[in-house]
Amino acid sequence: MILLTRKIEFSASHLYHNPNLSAEENRRIFGKCNNPHGHGHNYTLEVTVAGEPDPVTGMVLDLKELKEILEREVMQRMDHRHLNYEVPELAGQIPTCENIAQVIWKLLEPKITQGRLHRVRLYESPDLFADCYRNGASGAGN
Amino acid sequence: MKNDGLYVELGRRYRFAASHRLHTSQLTEAENDRVFGKCNNPYGHGHNYVLEVSLSGKVDPATGMIANLADLDAFVERHVLNEFDHHSLNEDVAAFREKVPTTENLCIEIFRRLQKFPHAKLERVRIQETGNNSFEYAGNREGHHS
Repeated sequence: MILLTRKIEFSASHLYHNPNLSAEENRRIFGKCNNPHGHGHNYTLEVTVAGEPDPVTGMVLDLKELKEILEREVMQRMDHRHLNYEVPELAGQIPTCENIAQVIWKLLEPKITQGRLHRVRLYESPDLFADCYRNGASGAGN
Repeated sequence: MKNDGLYVELGRRYRFAASHRLHTSQLTEAENDRVFGKCNNPYGHGHNYVLEVSLSGKVDPATGMIANLADLDAFVERHVLNEFDHHSLNEDVAAFREKVPTTENLCIEIFRRLQKFPHAKLERVRIQETGNNSFEYAGNREGHHS
């Protein structure tokens, strides 16, 4: 099996706020991420697809096609957007790396028809990221 | 959030600068020199280490988080960075009085310390000693990558 990874970058704004909690609780839990007018990040997304190379083309999947899927499903939805207000898939959720990675997984999985989606890794900064896998596929003790 | 068959890990990177010397009293001077080469130079040397910590757990629907980063940062600072950053691993960390402070042993020691983090499950630590080498430890279990 081969793992193939494509990387894209997008910029977006967000804030962390749970309307079911008091202002004080929001502040305590989320700290500066709770600032009311939001803030932004340069996100880096790494999408890894698993599969066997096609004997004719030598490819697990056509990278150009993957690039178009990422453009359509992720870039057009999230790049230069406010994740709290402009991405319906995140409505009602706190737009943490953990949650955004799962939303991206659900957007991409049905679109990837050659090979299968193995991992979505989303960096909010070089020092903070979340990995999303199908249960049991990570090799970790889950 | 409903269980939709997805598994999520949180990854966080920390940096610390420390010195070390690879040397063991179980070998002769000549053997130490042969095995460890320039890493055996008597006054030690240093690295900018990058520590990558991976945690798993339920994503709390109220916070969207596996673990609150403020809790994790404070725990790593208290249990690792305070003692390791700008210190000599050989002289200042008790675990390396007897054990050689290779990055392999550093992974095992840091894993042991961070395993006690109460808010999520520690899956693995990965330490980059330089830009060209890194080491991973996921506890004492069969390592397998899919």
